[in-house]
Amino acid sequence: MAYTIVLDNCTGCSACEPECPNAAISGTDDGLFQIDPDLCTECVGFFDEAQCTAVCPIDDTCIPDRACVEDRETLMAKKVKLHGG
Amino acid sequence: MDAKDQNFLKVIQGPEAEASGCSEKSTCGSSAGPADMDPEVWNKVKNHPCYSEEAHHFYARMHVAVAPACNIQCNYCNRKYDCSNESRPGVVSERLSPELAAKKVLAVASEIHQMTVVGIAGAGDSLANPDKTFKTFELISKVAPDIKLCLSTNGLALPEMVDRIADYNVDHVTVTINMVDPEVGERIYPWIYYNKKRWKGRDAAKILSERQLLGLERLTARKILVKVNSVMIPGVNDLHLKAVNREVKKRGAFLHNIMPLISEPEHGTYYGLTGQRGPTAEELKHLQDSCEGEMNMMRHCRQCRADAVGLLGEDRSAEFTNEKIEAIEITDVAYDMTAREAYRDKVEETREKERKIKEMLAGLGMENGLSQAPPILVAVATQGEGMVNQHFGHAREFQVYEVTAAEAKFIGHRRVDLYCEGGYGEDDSLTRITQALSDCVAVMVAKVGGCPKKTLEEAGIAAVDAYAFQSIKPSLLKYFGEYTEGVRSGRITPKAAGGQTKIRSGALTGTGQIPLSVIG
Ligand code: SF4
Ligand code: SF4
Ligand code: SF4
Repeated sequence: MAYTIVLDNCTGCSACEPECPNAAISGTDDGLFQIDPDLCTECVGFFDEAQCTAVCPIDDTCIPDRACVEDRETLMAKKVKLHGG
Repeated sequence: MDAKDQNFLKVIQGPEAEASGCSEKSTCGSSAGPADMDPEVWNKVKNHPCYSEEAHHFYARMHVAVAPACNIQCNYCNRKYDCSNESRPGVVSERLSPELAAKKVLAVASEIHQMTVVGIAGAGDSLANPDKTFKTFELISKVAPDIKLCLSTNGLALPEMVDRIADYNVDHVTVTINMVDPEVGERIYPWIYYNKKRWKGRDAAKILSERQLLGLERLTARKILVKVNSVMIPGVNDLHLKAVNREVKKRGAFLHNIMPLISEPEHGTYYGLTGQRGPTAEELKHLQDSCEGEMNMMRHCRQCRADAVGLLGEDRSAEFTNEKIEAIEITDVAYDMTAREAYRDKVEETREKERKIKEMLAGLGMENGLSQAPPILVAVATQGEGMVNQHFGHAREFQVYEVTAAEAKFIGHRRVDLYCEGGYGEDDSLTRITQALSDCVAVMVAKVGGCPKKTLEEAGIAAVDAYAFQSIKPSLLKYFGEYTEGVRSGRITPKAAGGQTKIRSGALTGTGQIPLSVIG
């Protein structure tokens, strides 16, 4: 499951962007932030917690995207594909 | 007025701005100057408007909001909006890139020669955005090497940043330390983000506290000046702040600024929504007084916004919006060092004069056995220059002095809404003023209308216009004599202690346009 940012809640504070180990987070045209589901591994392979959720000051803003469910193996495979071993 | 006083007043009137009233002890910030301060420290702070009470009448500072991200959550902060506690704009306010920020500094410094300090204090935490913060410093120091740089931080990321701070020649750092005990801290900070993890409760507070104190030690070891800010939260850390005062002093902080919690439900902060109140003016003063013996306290802080421009208490940021700055070509701006130096020379002369005046003032008012009379609080409406020179209805804030026979000591500013502006209905705003000044026996003004005068008097506050356009401090000392005489003859009934004086948000963040004319 990739994460997604609820744009209605996002303040555009940018705290999440540098914390993502996959550089999946980028700015939108109107100063908010978004997650590329192809790059997000839910931090699997790097950290125990989703970094964007851990740093985001607004509750329920960086959340799992129910439209994009993946299991741990898939996520790990994604990580390996993106970064190698 | 006798001849001696006439002469005396002649000396002090005129364009010389007078420092807004400190005793010879180091009672407010560094105002007392070289006598009681390490010369190296004095040298660093003397032109810093936030640190030197004397300087804050002459020099201006500017904040650039290049750092939107934060790594902790405070219960008095709602990061969507402007925060009056940490004096930072909300992340939704104007945001600056380092490049734009440097441009803005240049444009402002060329226009306002008093501008000597640039700080980064938000919108989030300056050190949670190290690349943006240090890039900004780098660009500024290239174009304007005479400008001092400073930053504010919650301290979590501080210990590892000290070397970089020193590299960029940042000589003033403000660390907000609200507690040194995790049990207190867990009621202030719901969580922190540290080492790739979100920490909560007591663990979070413990890490934060350790990091803050370690950062403070490392800064002072590098001879970087550190001011500590604390937000006073009644029932949470009010009693504890004395311990904070001791710990930060021990680690070499040179100034401790205790600020009142500003908490209204409409701010949407945890404290605002749960009804946590801020301290009354009396409670704040009492705490500041009890910490005073231990360390320099700073009473003139008005919690300016992180994007503020101008003298303390004056915000000219509306003149320098992103749009306007973007339109400026860097090559159009003549950065005139000579003009800036000339301004500084002039100010130094004035300040020398002032120091002499202060010496002369020390003895005034000691006759007539007044020295035994208890101190009174008096509010003053002023536009600056150390004079009673503002119309009651134009005052957006008042300076409050504690006056005895021997001295008139500045103890802080009280914000009020502009009485003349109406808006809420004039009666209403007048009530707010009488509340804000309820511990004062009088308010000195340049002029006051009949109606407000009557209302003030009903609230036990004399509206005094007899000292219009005279210097504040000698006027206060003279008034003290008058008042004490009045009490003795039964003409004036002394005020009973109320203890309920309401503190209004210190930041001048009123809706819409920002006033240009308020100078402390
Ligand atoms: S969950 Fe992790 S990988 Fe996915 S966007 Fe957030 S920080 Fe990046
Ligand atoms: S940390 Fe949260 S509020 Fe800030 S930009 Fe990222 S998603 Fe938006
Ligand atoms: S450190 Fe400052 S920006 Fe961060 S939560 Fe606290 S008050 Fe808000």
